[in-house]
Amino acid sequence: MAVFLRAAPFDPWAEIGCHVTDHPELAGKYGATAVFVGTLRDLNQGRTVSAMMLEHYPGMTERELQRIETEARARWNVIDALTVHRVGEIARNDTIVVVAVWAAHRNDAFGACREIMEVLKTRAPFWKRESTDSGTHWVVAEKEP
Amino acid sequence: MRIHIRYFASLRERLGKAVETVDLQGSPSVQDLWAQVGGDVGALVLAAVNHEYAPFAQRLQDGDEVAFFPPVTGG
Repeated sequence: MAVFLRAAPFDPWAEIGCHVTDHPELAGKYGATAVFVGTLRDLNQGRTVSAMMLEHYPGMTERELQRIETEARARWNVIDALTVHRVGEIARNDTIVVVAVWAAHRNDAFGACREIMEVLKTRAPFWKRESTDSGTHWVVAEKEP
Repeated sequence: MRIHIRYFASLRERLGKAVETVDLQGSPSVQDLWAQVGGDVGALVLAAVNHEYAPFAQRLQDGDEVAFFPPVTGG
């Protein structure tokens, strides 16, 4: 179980590869890996986005991400989980977040990966301020379609 | 008792302060503290005590770190 915040651009696939390499004891135990990668798009809520600033609450953000992984582990049969989230200034096409879950079977991997991501969206202390063609503004929390 | 407060994102900008320390008497709740330092900002405000989400009815202890912030928008 691991949680990282990154202040600079990162490669989600390299993060996953490093995590697997760093945990050789898990080899042979998992049969399913589910991955979610969130990326900064050009367009959000009808506005063209050129960049974004992601504020967080140092200390609480890391703890909340760890609590979210621990809770998912209690509900799903998970072998390991990894959450990596960007903070600070973010450019278009940068990876914002990666969640990876390793499990024996796909139902637990898919289920826990989705749950960690959905709970992260509603509970993890991050706040987005977008730069768009009409200036900068704080993103207002809303349900995605 | 002494309480350390942090404000985040749009709420920090609206209130014009990021951190402050206040001294309170008695056994105040998060709500009592918010009434003194924030008040009615016309938007949903969430609170955390010592890095954990807290209901506004929660009683504070000396030395607590309380954070006030708008609904989160990460991911």
